[in-house]
Amino acid sequence: MAEPITITAPTAPTKPPSRFKTLLTEPKVLFGGGFILLLLVIAILAPLIAPKDPLEQDLMLGSLPPAWLDGAEPGYYLGTDDLGRDVLSRLLYGSRIALFVAVSSASLAALIGTVLGLLAGWYGGWTDRIISRIVDIWMAFPPVLLSILLVAVFGSGVHSVIAAIVIIDWTRFCRVVRAETLAQAQLDYITAARTVGFPRMKILTREIFPNIVPVLIALVSLEMGIAVVVEAILSFVGLSVSSDTPTWGGMIAQGRQLIHHAWWLLVAPLAVLFATVLAFNQLGGGLRRAFDPVMRR
Amino acid sequence: MIAISILNRLIMAAVTLFGVALIVFVLLRVVPGDPIAMMIAPGASPADILALRARYGLDLSLPAQFGVWLQAVVIGDFGTSISLRRDVLELLLGRLPATLELAFAALVVAVLIGGAVAVIGTLSRRTPLEPAIDATNGVLLAVPDFVWALALVLLLGVLFPIFPLSGRIDPTLSIDFATPFYLAESLVRLRFDIFLDIAAHMVMPVLALALPLATVITRILKEALLEAMVQDYVLLARLKGMSEVRLVLQEALRNAIGPALSLTGVQFTFLVGGTVIVERIFSYPGIGNMAIDAVINRDLPLIQGLVLVFGAIFIVINLGVDLLAAALNPRLRHG
Amino acid sequence: MTDMLLNVTGLSAVSDREGGLPVLRDVSLSLKKGEVRGLVGESGAGKSTIAKAILSILPRTVRVTGGWINFKNRDLLAMKPQELRSIMGSEIALIPQDPQTALNPGRRIGAQLADGLRLKRGMSAKAAEARALQLLADVQIRDPDRVMASFPHQLSGGMRQRVLIAAAFAVDPELVVADEPTTALDVTVQKEILRLIRRMQEAHGTGVLFVTHDLGIVAQICDSVTLLYAGKVIEEGPVRSVLENPQHAYTRALIAAGPRYDRPDAGLEPVPEEILHALRQEIGIR
Repeated sequence: MAEPITITAPTAPTKPPSRFKTLLTEPKVLFGGGFILLLLVIAILAPLIAPKDPLEQDLMLGSLPPAWLDGAEPGYYLGTDDLGRDVLSRLLYGSRIALFVAVSSASLAALIGTVLGLLAGWYGGWTDRIISRIVDIWMAFPPVLLSILLVAVFGSGVHSVIAAIVIIDWTRFCRVVRAETLAQAQLDYITAARTVGFPRMKILTREIFPNIVPVLIALVSLEMGIAVVVEAILSFVGLSVSSDTPTWGGMIAQGRQLIHHAWWLLVAPLAVLFATVLAFNQLGGGLRRAFDPVMRR
Repeated sequence: MIAISILNRLIMAAVTLFGVALIVFVLLRVVPGDPIAMMIAPGASPADILALRARYGLDLSLPAQFGVWLQAVVIGDFGTSISLRRDVLELLLGRLPATLELAFAALVVAVLIGGAVAVIGTLSRRTPLEPAIDATNGVLLAVPDFVWALALVLLLGVLFPIFPLSGRIDPTLSIDFATPFYLAESLVRLRFDIFLDIAAHMVMPVLALALPLATVITRILKEALLEAMVQDYVLLARLKGMSEVRLVLQEALRNAIGPALSLTGVQFTFLVGGTVIVERIFSYPGIGNMAIDAVINRDLPLIQGLVLVFGAIFIVINLGVDLLAAALNPRLRHG
Repeated sequence: MTDMLLNVTGLSAVSDREGGLPVLRDVSLSLKKGEVRGLVGESGAGKSTIAKAILSILPRTVRVTGGWINFKNRDLLAMKPQELRSIMGSEIALIPQDPQTALNPGRRIGAQLADGLRLKRGMSAKAAEARALQLLADVQIRDPDRVMASFPHQLSGGMRQRVLIAAAFAVDPELVVADEPTTALDVTVQKEILRLIRRMQEAHGTGVLFVTHDLGIVAQICDSVTLLYAGKVIEEGPVRSVLENPQHAYTRALIAAGPRYDRPDAGLEPVPEEILHALRQEIGIR
């Protein structure tokens, strides 16, 4: 007996092996990715590396300036707030909420958007028409309005924040993924796979999806930057987690109030927030550039 | 022809506003379960609850409820604010002008800054200044209004305390304003002392709102300008001896403005959205600041009024941009 | 010679983008006052590089490595930018290739026509407008008033090219560089435009350097012709003698291939490979 004949779908054109390497030569990716990685390590190891308990109050040591200024107390590198809590430790712990919200909301939004985008782009017809129409209507609704409404409906808290971000921003993913799927579906190897009679669902998951992943990663990174800011804003106004959990937004709100009294309380969390947003943005922009053959020229 | 397209846009705007109203209704009435449970102010008596039920016709079917509600909204009856115990429409009308003044000042500043940087960048192409502008703009594009506002607090409020940190006007300066448009009114009444005080209060919130938009305008406009600058008509104008500045301003700018304009429209809605947090940071008494209080207090009648007002503003902006784009494009204007 | 207008001598240039590839090889050509010279070649032959060099608008990637461009006995290549600016658009004007992109879509025709008159002739707005009206009438536009107030998109391609011709001749230049001015037009319009350029040129006594890839157009409008291949002058002389008694095999092949008036965009018909081969060896390309 001869070997059973199996039909295999033609494989996608192999990517140049240097792709990962070229990523590392993109300075935006290096800077952004490096910073995010560092932040991730800090968030995980916060209890180990924080010099103090972020919640521990000591009114005797209130409003200490950072270590390099007069009147500083050893051990409090970035000073203390008015309740005597260590700013550095609170910053380190604050990265946990920031990254938790960033990762969970961006990945949930990506999941929903990607599934719907793939379906719309691949199956077309009514599926596409319905999904695209929903996306259009959704995007016509200004994000600020929707977030006011959603937080009003859900109430405050970190889960409301995540839910609001996901509900507002899944459309970003859906639109891009749909367009990418449509573009991929035009390519010859997909046509070939279809003519051989490969199941449609399999083509979608095995052939098309992997080629969308790079774009998706870039989008997720950009979305995380957005999520970090949204979380900071909502904790700034007191609509995110309860006020004793250290968050960057909460620290910023405190710093804003005590601005004439202890300016470092605003500088430290603001600088960290800015660096984080910039890092996500540069990472996302750099990835998009690296993955997009047109933009690379 | 043009009249028909304007009419079309107006109808579309009305439909969108209806959609916003529907979403507001559904979200605030259906999702949280019993709306009354969310509406009662702390310490409300059972009689209050009954009164509320009757008022919103909650014994009716949902579509009927929507009808009752829509009717009330159309005649401007948004109900009474729970936390402030005043008529919602009155509250909104009192606060809206402050936000409008802020947003429009920010728009003007953004267009001026963004336009100027784009023109300078175009004029300095092939010099070291151009990549410097591009790189700086690229970084600043990532900075949201929230971060700008707080950076400005540090810079212009604390480090160089030039401008007041909060409020709209120095309380000791207050005169009896006839309208809620303080900035415009002080100018019309030639009270420059008051005008300058209000303007000084607006500098930081305006910059915080304007700078993110300015970076976007710079990027889009510069791209469009560079594209226009290599067109044959610019070459011909250059041969006629036109100076580079005039080439950019007279030949390229008017053709580059189209793409930049439609994007500016979308971005302006983001700017208006940004007033929510920026007004909060600077304790500026507009509807944005009010929206946050309303959410914190779960003041549903007020939230509903605010969302509808914001929705209406966004729709008007989009409409305005469409009309302006048509007015500026000679192809559309002269058949 | 006193009636010599333009004298290009030994002009050589390389393209830095293509790794120093020569784009002009020791090109010489001359133009007398009131003469129309065709500059012919396939695309990439270097004809528009010469035109750009004369107008001093060469792209930065192209570098002149030798030669002179003498305009009225002064070397354009040695002039300061300021001097060039006073000559360009005043003594030397351009009729561009594509009337679609050569007029600013956002400005009225009248304003665009007035630019040159005001900037180069120092006319008042009013005087410039009157002159512009006259110019539009000169290029046989029937309702100059309407055209003055029009935007480019409201005019046909032929109309736009007439406007551009009017703009070129507006400042009474001594040299007009016409860069394939009919390539983008319909065949019927093409003939009218060619006649118009010839008429304007005769009326103003202007020298015209007419860049084209079409020997048929050369036969219609030019007094003399310079034929280029790969940046090298292959043949040169009065139109009659070149077309009727070509010296070079390449020229003969081009004429034999026949200018296709009905297909202006198709360019020249292919030349036999052995002739091209010999030609390349003669020039010294691999």
